[in-house]
Amino acid sequence: MELVLVILIDGLVYGLLLFMLSSGLTLIFSMMGVLNFAHASFYMLGAYFAYQISRYMGFWPGLILAPIIVGIAGAAIERFGLRKVHQYGHVPELIFTFGLALLIEEIVQFFWGKNQVPYDAPEVLQFALFSIGTNEIQAYKVFMIAISVLIFLCLLYVLTKTRVGMIIQAALSYPRTVEALGHNVPFIFMGVFGVGTALAGLAGVIAGPQLGTFPGMAFLLGSIVFVTIVIGGLGSLWGALVASLLIGWMTTFAASYNVAMADILMAVGFEMPEEMSEHALRDIWTLTLPQIGPILPYLLMVVILVFRPYGLFGKRDA
Amino acid sequence: MTDTSSIMTKKRSYGGLTTATVAPWVICTVILLVLPYVFQSNSALTIMNQMAITIVFALAYNMLLGQGGMLSFGHAVYMGMGGFMCMHVMNWVEYENIPLPLPLLPVIGGLFGMGMATIIGSFSTRTAGTVFAMISLGIGELIAASSVIVVAFFGGEEGVSGDRTYGLPVFGYEFLTKIEVYYLTAGWLVLSALLMYLFSRTPVGRMANAVRDNPERAQFLGYSARWVRFYSFCASGFFAGVAGGLFAINFEILTEENLNLVTSGSILLITFLGGVGFFFGPIIGAIVFTLLQSVLSLQTELWQLYVGALFVLTVMYFPGGLAGVLMMHVVPYKLGKLGTLVVPYIKTLIPAAIGILGLASFCELMFHFKHAAVGEHDMSLFGIAFSTHSPIPWVVIVAVTVIGFWLAKRNSVELRETWGNANVMTPSKEGGAQ
Repeated sequence: MELVLVILIDGLVYGLLLFMLSSGLTLIFSMMGVLNFAHASFYMLGAYFAYQISRYMGFWPGLILAPIIVGIAGAAIERFGLRKVHQYGHVPELIFTFGLALLIEEIVQFFWGKNQVPYDAPEVLQFALFSIGTNEIQAYKVFMIAISVLIFLCLLYVLTKTRVGMIIQAALSYPRTVEALGHNVPFIFMGVFGVGTALAGLAGVIAGPQLGTFPGMAFLLGSIVFVTIVIGGLGSLWGALVASLLIGWMTTFAASYNVAMADILMAVGFEMPEEMSEHALRDIWTLTLPQIGPILPYLLMVVILVFRPYGLFGKRDA
Repeated sequence: MTDTSSIMTKKRSYGGLTTATVAPWVICTVILLVLPYVFQSNSALTIMNQMAITIVFALAYNMLLGQGGMLSFGHAVYMGMGGFMCMHVMNWVEYENIPLPLPLLPVIGGLFGMGMATIIGSFSTRTAGTVFAMISLGIGELIAASSVIVVAFFGGEEGVSGDRTYGLPVFGYEFLTKIEVYYLTAGWLVLSALLMYLFSRTPVGRMANAVRDNPERAQFLGYSARWVRFYSFCASGFFAGVAGGLFAINFEILTEENLNLVTSGSILLITFLGGVGFFFGPIIGAIVFTLLQSVLSLQTELWQLYVGALFVLTVMYFPGGLAGVLMMHVVPYKLGKLGTLVVPYIKTLIPAAIGILGLASFCELMFHFKHAAVGEHDMSLFGIAFSTHSPIPWVVIVAVTVIGFWLAKRNSVELRETWGNANVMTPSKEGGAQ
């Protein structure tokens, strides 16, 4: 029971982190109709910028400044790169963001090297807040949860309750009408792109100390973020939340429970082969849950795309 | 009447053999035959073999991206699976003494790749666009991840390796030397390129283009967009598998690296760099990329940065790729105005090249300054040795870069003007034609 609680908290941390990335990505998708492959790269940039700032000014200024810098960089890329490619169609756009992801990884390696940089949580938060049984829960994890929930509430408030949010929502569905009403729609798009990338940057700032700040971090999380918004339904904020939490808990549970395939097979009624090393299906017999944990999200995505191509909460076919 | 008859002959010669359609194939085959006599070193042969394999793979990929409009992020799966199967067959041939001549091995790889494509294509080709791209990404990740789990087939971390020389000798050749393997690879290159070209001329290949451009309209004509995509997908899987078989023959080892996203991503990069709009685009892309990879990576640690920048700039400014840039010159050539472009090109491109080299030198200098071992201040660029901690090289490099780009920018006005003139008929000529 204690273990379940600990896993629930760990899964929540990971899931909310995914949500900070996927919420921005799904907004950008509903705006431009294209998946931003470089989204996780902005997450990485956030972590590296925060590391650089923390070396001079400490953790807290980095928490504020790094996402702002990332957001400005994202807006600039939308304005001077993506808008140019937009006229060629969707496939070149997707390819552009893919190339951008490669380029950002190389640029990060150029400035900060190939190894992990020593970016740590502030000392104020380096203590065990409480413990469940024998497992101590670090204060930093609770801090991560708090920040993510705060961001989610802010996003929800801005999008549904304010005038700016109304205009954004209207611009997503009827850009021409909104433009005719006198709003600068390209500017709104640039702003949404900037805010989305800033959110990714913020996720990087708070995840860097926990998951490590290294050039492969974007690649590691990048495809999972896509999987998340595809499962949740492209363009759906609630879908992104549900899918993020689902994937967060699913991968954490799979990594923690050592269920062996052999036990399941024997319970169903198969007989364990005597000579395992030469058996053709030996890999299936030796399979364990932590082994297949990392590929579960991809499996889920393929299954969902086959049976429900618009995802759990999606309204339109992508 | 003369008009209609000329149109008739034009139509008749369209599908048939003409010098213009056959000549490129003959020339390319001759070049492939002669190449080993020009570049005789062992490393050159290795590069050429790799190039040939990449060309086959890139052409297969372009059957999807260029001709079918399907963006795949996991095409390495079909090449890798074909290659793995070929490695296993190669080992069976060795242990069981099966009389299988080595040159036929890529067929097995191709069939296995096609089998995989049939299974996966059965559900992934229902739609093009984002859903297809995402399914391909998911499948790619799945297979790459399971390569570590399913050790029996993928060999785990160390992969599967074998020995190609145990096959049945063909006319006395046992494929011990690189040159024999080169001719085998080159033969398969010509054969599969020709088959892929002919496929693009068949009704199915033509319908693939139609479905790419307007699936709805194609369906109103009575074609199922899904089945057309499915056939393209299977054919592409076959040739990717052939490329995998050639890879197995050449390198005699396949690992997880042949399946993962990095390989899938780089084939997308190669194909797009070469140009997806023309059949020969991926060939150019594969040649340029392999050369960049093998030459540039020897010179600098930063080669991936340059390739990444080149890729992004290509997407932004030349979405047609290198082939697109080449084909832009067809109109001036037909108007007989290609000559007028030479001088403005020289005046713009040489300063631009100097500026780019200057920028690259700046990157190298900064990289060395930041990441070299402590106390190591000496480096050399283009054969000139200097210390990174003195201001002179910095000033020189910045000056060269700025001057190069300034000259290029100044002269580009003239180039743009000449380009505009070269693409329109001059009035006097137009009058003459009428």
